[in-house]
Amino acid sequence: MAVEAIGRRASRVPQVARPVRLPLTEPAPVRWVLIGAALAFLLFFLVLPFVIVFTEALAKGVGVYVAAITEPDALAAIELTLLTAAIAVPLNLVFGVAAAWAITKFEFHGKSLLITLIDLPFSVSPVISGMVFILLFGLQGWFGPWLAAHGIRIVFAVPGIILATLFVTLPFVARELIPVMHQQGTTQEEAARMLRASGWKTFRRVTLPSIKWGVLYGVVLCTGRAIGEFGAVSVISGHISGLTNTMPLQVEVLYNDYDFAAAFAVASLLTLLALVTLIIRTTLEWRAGIGNWTAEP
Amino acid sequence: MTASALAPRMPVWRQRSVLPGFGLTLGFTLAYLGLIVLIPLGALFVQTAGVGWQALWAELTSARTLAAFRISFGLSALAALANAVFGLLVAWVLVRYTFPGRRIVDALIDLPFALPTAVAGIALTALYSDSGWIGGLLAPLGIRVAYAPLGILVALIFVGLPFVVRTVEPVLRELDGELEAAAALLGARRWQILVRVVLPPLLPALLTGATLAFARAIGEYGSVIFISSNMPGVSEIVPLLIVVKLEQFDYAGAAAVATLMLIASFILLLVINLIQAWTRRRHGG
Repeated sequence: MAVEAIGRRASRVPQVARPVRLPLTEPAPVRWVLIGAALAFLLFFLVLPFVIVFTEALAKGVGVYVAAITEPDALAAIELTLLTAAIAVPLNLVFGVAAAWAITKFEFHGKSLLITLIDLPFSVSPVISGMVFILLFGLQGWFGPWLAAHGIRIVFAVPGIILATLFVTLPFVARELIPVMHQQGTTQEEAARMLRASGWKTFRRVTLPSIKWGVLYGVVLCTGRAIGEFGAVSVISGHISGLTNTMPLQVEVLYNDYDFAAAFAVASLLTLLALVTLIIRTTLEWRAGIGNWTAEP
Repeated sequence: MTASALAPRMPVWRQRSVLPGFGLTLGFTLAYLGLIVLIPLGALFVQTAGVGWQALWAELTSARTLAAFRISFGLSALAALANAVFGLLVAWVLVRYTFPGRRIVDALIDLPFALPTAVAGIALTALYSDSGWIGGLLAPLGIRVAYAPLGILVALIFVGLPFVVRTVEPVLRELDGELEAAAALLGARRWQILVRVVLPPLLPALLTGATLAFARAIGEYGSVIFISSNMPGVSEIVPLLIVVKLEQFDYAGAAAVATLMLIASFILLLVINLIQAWTRRRHGG
């Protein structure tokens, strides 16, 4: 049969030179096996973990779900999380814009060192990001005795949570803006200055419109991380339900109490937030062609 | 700043510019960075230095600490390796092939960055525990994932997944197809083209991505502590050891372990920069 097949194929070969098929891609079966393997990997490691959050959250019915996200401790956690983000994101936004302005509009020595230092929080374990503030402000820390004498609480209280969040989310806006502003150069701003626009007006009318998508992108990433940060906040919060638990910490507390439905219910809110972040990210990327939040240390 | 960079009359450490706000923005940047990041990190080093060499050595060579470093670095290396293989596969499939839902899959790759680590931790635990969707299939085969070292590996693969894909993807996209065509015209087989023409320019990106995934994995805390049994010497990772020491108010011990971790992270940062410098040199700017 094989010989027949070869014979048949051979008889069909035209006498004129036929176009040569170059091996520029894999044969279709290989292609489909590779696609299948990649998708299976992503299914087990990405899609199913994402899906299971919602099935577990709704496992005991919608009533339990709604009760879990409206009980006082959950609401307190949501409130604290939003408060933390509302303080940390604007501060790091101002920092990011100022840092990007100094770095991209001027030439000075030590610039690459400064960029490395701004990136530093990305390469520090979240646990260490939280612990440094315990070393500074904890009861046995440098300023601990002084703070205790004046009745100021930072560790195991809200200020500590905010400080840890500031540390962890510091690079996001700056990281997004530096490449965008670097690419734009300084000619437009210089032209505005020649036309006697004030410095502030130059920034507001010339720079800001051209970096607004970059700013928005940085703010979205910064907010997502501020809301979802676990390790750094976990170290410094003290886990006091209703007082110092952010949403991720509330998830942990509920999970460790074997209240799985409630843990996954709060987790589902965080997952929805992650989804919104992804959608905004993808939209901005298609729209403005910016951002690649992975290729950074 | 080198001496040759200084002008003879006055130290010119920046070029003149008509744009305003240099002093203000740089001053604010340095002050803020110092207050939030540099002084706190400095406090860690000072705390460690105050412990004394002997105590420090005893702390770092205790059986529990050594085991934690072995577990963290060993499993992170395995996770980085797995991510290098599967990341390359995913990037290849996303760039070179078309299939329904490709753009959605591409957007999903960043999920591990957007998803809070605690959520990832409980989701992976639910999925890979003996009664979970995947764990339930593996349990009859005698494979335990959750509450075993394999579970830590799963969590570390999850958090590192986007790095390799996102570093390899752009390089793959900009690869010159003409080189492949030339190789084919010269009679190369497809596998020869893949190994000799396509793979070499991808290697630096692959290496960078895997190193980034490794660096991320050794610091990871949130997703691991849920899926791990957290037993000292068996499944206790370094970040957890730091937390345990902090909870016992052993600040000196925690600072010692954390300093070693930080030094490891900085070395990795340096390695990544070296790989990138090497790539730039090879491709001539």
